Amino acid sequence: MNAVLALEDGTWFRGKAAGAAGETGGEVVFNTSMTGYQEILTDPSYSGQIVTMTSPEIGNYGVTDEDVESRGVQVAGFIMRDQSPIASNWRADGTLRDYLTRHNIVAIADVDTRALTRLLRSAGVMRGVIATGKVDPADLVEKARALPRMEGADLVKDVTCGEPFDYQPPADDGFRAPPDRRSGRRLRVAAYDFGMKWNILRRFAAHGCDVRVYPASTPIETVLATKPDGVFLSNGPGDPAVLDYAIGHARALIDADVPTFGICLGHQLLGLAMGAQTFKLKFGHRGANHPVKDLRTGAIEITSQNHGFAVDPDSLPDQALITHRNLYDNTIEGLRHVSKPVFSVQYHPEAAPGPHDADYLFAEFLAAMDARA
Amino acid sequence: MALAEQGVLERHGVVLIGASPEAIKVAEDRELFKDAMRSIGVDVPDSAIARSLDQAMDAAGKLGFPLIIRPSFTLGGVGGGIAYNIEEFREIVQRGLGLSPVHEILVEESVIGWKEFELEVMRDGADNFVVICSIENIDAMGVHTGDSITVAPALTLTDKEYQRMRDLGRRIIRRVGVETGGSNIQFAINPADGRIVAIEMNPRVSRSSALASKATGFPIAKIAAKLALGYRLDEIPNDITRLTPASFEPTIDYIVVKVPRWAFEKFPQADRTLTTQMKSVGEAMAVGRTFKEAFLKAFRSLELGNSGRLFGQTAPGAPFEHEDDAALQQALGIPTDRRMWAVFRALERGWSLDEIHRLTHIDRWFLTQFQQIVELSRSAAAVGARDLSDDLLRELKRAGFADADLARLVGVDEDSLRARRAEAGIIAAYKRIDTCAAEFESFTPYMYGTFEDQCEAEPTPSAKVAILGSGPNRIGQGIEFDYCCCHAAFALREEGYETVMINCNPETVSTDYDTVDRLYFEPLTFEDVFAIIEREKAAGGDIACVVQYGGQTPLKLALRLQAAGVRILGTSPDSIDLAEDRERFAKLLWDLGIPQAPSGTATSADEARDVAATIGFPVVVRPSYVLGGRAMAIVYDTAALDRYMRHAVQASPEHPILIDKFLEDATEIDVDALADGTGAVLVGGIMEHIEQAGIHSGDSSCVVPPFQLADRHVATIRDYTRRIARALNVVGLMNTQFAVKDDVVYVLEVNPRASRTVPYLSKATGVPLAKVAAKLMVGRTLADLGLTEDLTVSGSFVKTPVFPFVRFPGVDTLLGPEMKSTGEVMGAAESFGSAFAKAQMGAGQHLPQQGTAFISVNNRDKAAVVPIARDLVRLGFGLVATRGTAAYLRAHGLETAIVFKINEGRPHVGDELLNGRISLVINTPLGRESFFDDRTVRSVAMMQGVPAITTLTGAAAAVSAIEAIRTEGLSVKSLQEYHAENQKPTESRNG
Repeated sequence: MNAVLALEDGTWFRGKAAGAAGETGGEVVFNTSMTGYQEILTDPSYSGQIVTMTSPEIGNYGVTDEDVESRGVQVAGFIMRDQSPIASNWRADGTLRDYLTRHNIVAIADVDTRALTRLLRSAGVMRGVIATGKVDPADLVEKARALPRMEGADLVKDVTCGEPFDYQPPADDGFRAPPDRRSGRRLRVAAYDFGMKWNILRRFAAHGCDVRVYPASTPIETVLATKPDGVFLSNGPGDPAVLDYAIGHARALIDADVPTFGICLGHQLLGLAMGAQTFKLKFGHRGANHPVKDLRTGAIEITSQNHGFAVDPDSLPDQALITHRNLYDNTIEGLRHVSKPVFSVQYHPEAAPGPHDADYLFAEFLAAMDARA
Repeated sequence: MALAEQGVLERHGVVLIGASPEAIKVAEDRELFKDAMRSIGVDVPDSAIARSLDQAMDAAGKLGFPLIIRPSFTLGGVGGGIAYNIEEFREIVQRGLGLSPVHEILVEESVIGWKEFELEVMRDGADNFVVICSIENIDAMGVHTGDSITVAPALTLTDKEYQRMRDLGRRIIRRVGVETGGSNIQFAINPADGRIVAIEMNPRVSRSSALASKATGFPIAKIAAKLALGYRLDEIPNDITRLTPASFEPTIDYIVVKVPRWAFEKFPQADRTLTTQMKSVGEAMAVGRTFKEAFLKAFRSLELGNSGRLFGQTAPGAPFEHEDDAALQQALGIPTDRRMWAVFRALERGWSLDEIHRLTHIDRWFLTQFQQIVELSRSAAAVGARDLSDDLLRELKRAGFADADLARLVGVDEDSLRARRAEAGIIAAYKRIDTCAAEFESFTPYMYGTFEDQCEAEPTPSAKVAILGSGPNRIGQGIEFDYCCCHAAFALREEGYETVMINCNPETVSTDYDTVDRLYFEPLTFEDVFAIIEREKAAGGDIACVVQYGGQTPLKLALRLQAAGVRILGTSPDSIDLAEDRERFAKLLWDLGIPQAPSGTATSADEARDVAATIGFPVVVRPSYVLGGRAMAIVYDTAALDRYMRHAVQASPEHPILIDKFLEDATEIDVDALADGTGAVLVGGIMEHIEQAGIHSGDSSCVVPPFQLADRHVATIRDYTRRIARALNVVGLMNTQFAVKDDVVYVLEVNPRASRTVPYLSKATGVPLAKVAAKLMVGRTLADLGLTEDLTVSGSFVKTPVFPFVRFPGVDTLLGPEMKSTGEVMGAAESFGSAFAKAQMGAGQHLPQQGTAFISVNNRDKAAVVPIARDLVRLGFGLVATRGTAAYLRAHGLETAIVFKINEGRPHVGDELLNGRISLVINTPLGRESFFDDRTVRSVAMMQGVPAITTLTGAAAAVSAIEAIRTEGLSVKSLQEYHAENQKPTESRNG
C-alpha cells in the first residue's frame, strides 16, 4: 500500500505504508542513532512527534518486550528508508511491522530520509502528516498546517503514570552494564514521572536504589513527606516552559535542600526553577553520538540525546553553574546549583539507546544522597 | 617490535608513540591476550592445553563439541582440524600430538558459525574513547575477516548487544594499553544466545581501519597520528563538517559492503577453501542507500566479467544448469571465493532460507535480502522489456541492479535499457558521505550514487578532469595505479582544473576525500562512470577524462566513453587500441622497420599448429586482451601446444590466441617514456630485467641504470621508443618492453599508458613522471616543463617483486609468463650488488652470508652455472648438488657434495633443508619428469625461509649482492640525496 508524508512547508514524499493503515500527524523530527529503534519508539519524550530514522535499514532485529522504554509505542508516526520484512535475532518476539500495526502506529518506508533530514536541518523541525492509501498530498499539507504547535502545549499529562507505584526491577537479563557505584545501603529515590524512560528505573535499581514513581501532578509536599534520600525529575515530551506545576516542584526541591537529579525535561525544569529561560532548538538533538564535555574533568562522553528545547545560557542566573557542554553546538548539557545538592543533565545517561559513557552521573547522585544520609 | 626487543630503540633514545611494545605484545600474543581478557572479565573462547589423549578427552568433556584442535608449533596450522564428534576428535588429537614437535595441542571451543563483528575504536591520551565504525561479517566465524564479505554498520544487533560490545571495546583497549590511536577489535556472538567473546585485537591501523575510514569519512590514520603527537580528540576538527570536533562517533545513513577479490585463477593448485589464513589480494567497496544496492554495486565493482554474474547461473544453457543437490550443498557448506554465487544459485532453485542458513551460517537477514534480489530479478525477467513498468524499473534500480544486468534479464541491449530509463526519468542521484547522517552541512564532496529523489552533487561550472581509478587490487593491477591517479590529481589541480576521482578501492589514497576536489566512490563500469560525467557536466563546465592511469580498468571503458561523447585526454583511445591489437600493431612496427618477434594468431588448435610451424618452437601463447599474463604459457613442442589449446583457453574468432616466437635467454628491458602534443619524447628510464625472457615483467627484478646492456642497444632502444611514441601520437606516458637477443633489439609490446614501473622510476629519477604526463595531457609541453633531456639517475635502483606464495601452501614458486607477485620493493645503493641486496632484504628474502648452497640445474644451464658456483666457493660457501649437477661441477674443479633427490632415498635434499644445513637454493626447472621433485624442494625452502632462486641470472645477481654486502656493507642514504647528486651537472651516467 502506498503512503504519503506531507509537511507544513508544502513538501511531500511518496513511500510505502509500513505500519498501521490510516493517518497521523505530529512534529517531524530525525534521530541519527544507528541502533535502538524500539527504545526510540517507546520513549515517551517522543509523544506528539513523527520520528525519522536516518539509518536506512530498520527493523532488522525485530522487537522484544525486554527492550521497551514504556508501556507502549509513544511516537505519533515513524519514517524509514527501508523496513526489514523479517526479525533476525535470538531475542526477537516479532517483526517491527507487526509491532507498529498492533500498536496502531502509522508508518512510512521507502522515503528519501536523507532529503527529509536535510530539509529539517535547514528549515527546522515542522509539522507533518503521514497517510496511507489513496490520498491527496495537498490535503495532507493543509492538515499538517492545521496541527497544533509543540510550543506552549503540556504533553506531559498524557504520558505520566496515573498512580504512584514502587518500581519492581526485572530479573537481570545479562545486558545490564555494571554500575559505576553502588551505595552501601538501599537508597530511596522518589521519581517524578513526566514520561520517564524505564531504563532510568533499571539503572537506579542496578545502582541499588528503591524507586517510588509519582505522577507529574503529585504535590511536592506529598513526595517530601515520605522523606526520600533524593528526588529525581524525569525526561518527558514537549515544551518545559508551560509546565508551571512541575517548575514549582523543582523550585520547592531547591528550597528544601534535597538531593535532586534531573534528566532532559527534568534538567530544563531545574533550569527554569533557578530562573533561566528555555528555547526551542532549530532541529533538536536526537541521536546516540553527541560529544559532551564534562567541564569539571575535561573528559568527553558520547551521549544519547533526545530534546527539542534547551536552557538558554544567556539567561542563566548566578546560582546555576554549567557543568557540561555539547561539543557540536556548545549548548548547555549539564547544570549544578551553586550551593545545593541539585544537578541535572540535558542528555540521557541511562542510554537505551546509546552509549553507557555517562552512567557515572547515577553514581554522583548516589554520592549526593549518601552525603546527606 | 624487533627494534624494541633488540634494544635499538633504547640505545638511540627513540620512544614509540601510540602503542607501547608491551601493548603490542599483549594484543598479538594469543595466550597473553586471552589472559588479559580473562583478567578484566571479558569472555574468550574456552581452551585447554593437552599433552596426551587422556588430557584431551578431559578437555573435550569440559568444552563440548565441536572443538578445534591446534597442534603447537606446526607450520601453517598443519595437523589441526575441527572435530564434531568423539571419533573425529580422537583421530585429530592423535595426529596432532604426533605432528607437534613438543607433543602438545590446544583444544579450543569452536566458535565457527558464530556471528562475527569488528569495532574500529580510537582512544586519546586523556582516555577519551570513540567507536568509529562497526563492521559485520556476512561470512560467519571461521573465514578470515579479510576474506569475508563485510558490511558497515553492523546490521543485526540490537542496541543492547551493540552497546555491550562497545563497553567491551573500551575495556579491552584500556587493558591492552593502547594509549593513543586506533585499534581493531574482533568479536564473535553466538546467534543462539547472544554470548559474546573477544577474538582478537590489532593495536594499530589495519586494512579494516582503512575500510572504516572510507566507510565513514573519518580518517582514522590521520587522526591517530595527531593523537600520538599529544592532541586530544576534541582538539582536532572534523574536516567534513568543519564546525564539529573529531571527538564523536560517526553515524552513517547508507550501507557499505566490502567484497574481497581473490587471485585463485593464478594459482590453480591452491586450495580455494577460505579459512583463518587470508587469501584475497584486494577488495572492492560499494556504498548504497540500502543493503541490496550496496551489495549489488560491490559485486559489479569486482570486474569479474561473466563469472561475476549472480543471476541466471542455473538457467538453461548456463554453466550450473545441471548442478546436482550434493554439489550445491557442498558449494554452500565449504566457504570458498565462489560461495556467494552458490547462495544465489540455491535461491534461484528455490532452496529454503533455513536450508541455506544451516549450510552457510549466514544470518537470515542477509539471506532474506538476497532472496529479495533474486525475486526482483525474476519479476524483471518475467515481464520482459516491453512490459517493464516505470515503477518496477525504478524499484530494480533502487535495489542496485546494473543496467547491464537488467538488460540481460529483460532481453535488450544495455544502451536501450539506459534510454528507456532516461525516458522514465530514473537517473542516478549522488549523496554525500558526511560522518553525521546529514545532521550538519558537509564541505567535502565525497559522494556515492543511488537512485533517490534528491541529488547533492552540486557540480560547479569550472573546467574539470575526471580521473578513472583502477578498481580492486589484483595481481597485475595494484597500488602503482593508485600512485599514478594521485599524482594526476595533484598535477591537474596545479594546472587549475577541478579534479574528480572515480574509484571503488578502499585501500587507496586516491579515494581520500582530500586528494581530489570531488570524489565519487563508485564502481568503474560504463554505466556508473558515464552517469557521473553527465552529472558533472550538468553545471556547464567542460569535463574531460583521464584513462591512462588506472591500468586496464579504465582502458576497457575508453572507446565506449569516447563513442558516448566523452573527451579523453592524452593519447587517443584509438592509439591505445592499436597498441593492444596484435595485427594493427604488427603492421605499425613493420612500417617503422622495427623488429618484432615473429608472431601469429590462431582461432583453433589446427591454426595454432600451423603458426607454430611457421615461426618455430618455442613459442609464447596467450589469449588476446589479458592482464598480468593470465593463461599465458611457453610451449616447446606440438604436444604441449595441443594441450594448451584444448585445456587452457577457449579460442574463438572474437578471442583469438596470440602466438609469439619465444626469444629464449634474451634480455628484457622495460622503458617508460613521456611524450607531448608537439611530438617531443623523453625517455624516463631504461630498466634492465634481471631474470631472462620468459618471466613476466611484473615478476622480474629490474634495475636502472642497465647493468649489462651494451651502449649500442641502449641507443637503439631510445630511437625505437621515440619513433613508436610519435607513430602512436602518444600524449602522456608510454611503456615499451624490449628483448635483446643475438644483438637484435626486438619490441615485445607497447602500452601507451601508465605502467607498473612508473612509481619506481619516478623515485629513482626524482622526476614525478605521472604528474608530468598529466600536465602534458592538458596541453603543456616537455619544453614548458624544462624536460628536454632523457632522464638519468645517480646510483643504482633495483625493483624486486614480492610474492604471496606463503599463503598458498602447495603452490609452486616457479616463475613464468603468468604474473604471480602482489607487490614490489625498491633497493637503492651506489652499486648494483648492494642495491640488489637491499631489494632482496626489502622483499623479505635474506641472502645468506655463509653456509652451503644447493645447486640443481637443467642440462641447458649446466655450463652457465659454473662461474656462479665458483664465485660462491670464493665467497666461502660449501656446495651440494644432485648427482648430475655435482658431477658437472666436480668436472670443472669444484668440490661438491652429493645429496639425494627427494625420491632417491634419505636423507634427501628436503631433509637437509629442514635440518637447516642448506642456506641457499639455486634450482632451474628440470622439465616435467622431475617436476614434483623440484617443486617440493622449492616449497620446503620457502617454508624454511631459505632463498630459492629459479633463474641463473637471478643467481648471478644474488652472488654479486652477497659479495657487495661483504665488501661494501650496507649504507643508508635518502632518495633526496641521490636526487641532489643527479642534479649536479656531470656527464650523462646511464646509457
